Amino acid sequence: MMTKKAILQLDGLTCPSCMQKIEHAVSNQDGVETVKVLFNAGKVKADFDDAKTSAADLAQVVTKLGYTVEKVKVKD
Amino acid sequence: MKFQKFIQDHNHQITLLTAILIVAGYLTKYGLGSTTGEAIMLAVASIIAAIPIVIHAYQALRVKVVSIELLVSIAVIGSFIIGEYDESAIVTFLFLFGSYLEERTLSKTRQSIKSLTEMAPTTATVVQADGTTEEVDVDDVDEGDIVLVKTGGSIPVDGKVIDGHGYTDESVVTGESRQVGKQIQDDVFSGTMVSDGYLKIQATKVGDDTTFAKIIELVEDAQDTKSHAEKFIDRFAQYYTPAVLVIALVVFLFSRDFKLAITVLVLGCPGALVIGAPVSNVAGIGNGAKRGILVKGGEAMDTFSKIDTFVFDKTGTLTTGKTSVSTMKTYKGHRETTLALVAKVESLSDHPLGRAIVTYADQQGANFQTLNVTDNRTVKGQGMIAEIDQQTVLAGNLKLMQAQQVPLNDEQHKDLAALQATGSSVVLVAVAGELAALIGISDIIRPEVATQLQQLRNKGAKHLVMLTGDNQATADYVAQTVGIDEVHAELMPEQKVTFVKQFQQAGRTVAFVGDGINDSPSIATADIGIAMGSGTDVAIETSDVVLMQSSFEALVHAYGLAKKTVLNTKENITIAIAVVAFLLIGLVAGFIYMASGMFVHEASILVVIFNAMRLIGYGHATSVTPTPVPRTTTK
Repeated sequence: MMTKKAILQLDGLTCPSCMQKIEHAVSNQDGVETVKVLFNAGKVKADFDDAKTSAADLAQVVTKLGYTVEKVKVKD
Repeated sequence: MKFQKFIQDHNHQITLLTAILIVAGYLTKYGLGSTTGEAIMLAVASIIAAIPIVIHAYQALRVKVVSIELLVSIAVIGSFIIGEYDESAIVTFLFLFGSYLEERTLSKTRQSIKSLTEMAPTTATVVQADGTTEEVDVDDVDEGDIVLVKTGGSIPVDGKVIDGHGYTDESVVTGESRQVGKQIQDDVFSGTMVSDGYLKIQATKVGDDTTFAKIIELVEDAQDTKSHAEKFIDRFAQYYTPAVLVIALVVFLFSRDFKLAITVLVLGCPGALVIGAPVSNVAGIGNGAKRGILVKGGEAMDTFSKIDTFVFDKTGTLTTGKTSVSTMKTYKGHRETTLALVAKVESLSDHPLGRAIVTYADQQGANFQTLNVTDNRTVKGQGMIAEIDQQTVLAGNLKLMQAQQVPLNDEQHKDLAALQATGSSVVLVAVAGELAALIGISDIIRPEVATQLQQLRNKGAKHLVMLTGDNQATADYVAQTVGIDEVHAELMPEQKVTFVKQFQQAGRTVAFVGDGINDSPSIATADIGIAMGSGTDVAIETSDVVLMQSSFEALVHAYGLAKKTVLNTKENITIAIAVVAFLLIGLVAGFIYMASGMFVHEASILVVIFNAMRLIGYGHATSVTPTPVPRTTTK
């Protein structure tokens, strides 16, 4: 297994409760270790286990919540 | 899923449609006298406007979050059931319209930082092995690649110039907007603009490792690094929202008043309280970022505003850190001739004092290159002797003068002693057996320091301290010149830490200001560590505040900004609490209902955002120092 870091750039977040929503939803995903949502920068940073999930999966979770994911970046 | 996306994308249209329907509804009632027509229109408006709110509420609930939208949804559905269509229509409309305005105003407070990130280049022109160029995504550039940047282009990597020359504007990295000349071997930074010229650059750092990327990351993280107050409010809001739901239920069970219960739901929305503190910090941090002042988050802002003791490193902080000629006293002959002679002699050595003199002569435009040296020798531990144009020129210390029988009169001895008392190294120059000049070389005190330190005091600093590794005489002189309260000289880095700890134990809140490299232990120990004039990795990592440009004006601005930001946060929290209290009293007294409650809520959110926006403009007037220019009229 390998831990990778996904950085999702969303279009601006406006309500603080959106932050909670995204944080809960992403961290509930299997294989996700830590999640940090940057409210003002509109970024989601997540450390995840490469074997269990992928950055694209996480982007899908966020999209399902109704937010537009503009860019996905993965770092080793 | 498609439907949901459609709703999301058409939020503004939905809001507008709701507004039109509400107005049309009231027109039907008062114009045509048809209450049925009104009821139908308002009911339709409620349903349309409720859709996006309910969707959000449902999504949040699925991940076990009780959101504001849920409270509003229940309230709206409730009032719909009991036939209060006007209430439900207005509440949903205000909620949507309020969100729209919040979005617009919030993006204004974030603008300074966004404009910074937008300066990050997205593509790079990479020179291939065969000499052709290719446009690639900036993430695909590797270390060692050679990129080409022309006039108007933005440099995509950190690297070294290997060909060409030009001018760059490095304001994104240093906060200082001025043209910097770049030639082969010079370092260039990602994100800076080539304002004129043509550069071929070999990449040394790419992508997220560049200085600019680190700055952006730092600022982005900083905006969301919360102060204690914010963390508390966040935790509070997390339990507050579900609690409101429970309270509404309790109210209903006891009073059997359905309308009262759903009114409680609307009034309970945690609005201004949640947004108030973060929005102040974002605006404050944004203001700093635009000026090359990086404050690492709300916590740092908070502590910075409480600083009463500033501890400064001397070299590179209070002084420029570069030894150069500070005084030149001449006793015989032309100043320029003497300077040319001594510069010629010193150009033959590579002694650091000699280099300072040569640089000074260059700056003064002394013409020494063409002078003809017929003989020269170095006297170890004393200086140099040279024959230039049939004159013997001596440049060295007092020992050299004594050995060569050059006498000094009383005045000259006095001058020498005075110069040495300032901590300067002195080079004595004799031409044809007579003393011609004394040249004082020292680390130059920044010219603006004295006035800016006074500004710090005016803004609330109580105690200014200097800690330095330099000798006592130099330290005392610098301290006296700039107005420092307490000096400790000849210290090792770990002794500086001990002093910082002592101040803290004495109950002071201490900021340490250093160049960020050799002072990292003290910077880490102090309540606030301030790195001045360097965007190096070490500085960015260890300090709480980074001043990209090496200026005291930036320090004073940052201190004032921290105080203003914290004050602004307090104002916002006060406004928010006052609003909640007002709503509660209104509810009990019976003059606040659902729609008016929602209105007050949304209005208060906008008030706190607008209040925070005042911070964006902080310091605009003072950045241009108002110097009264006396007007002389000529006739």
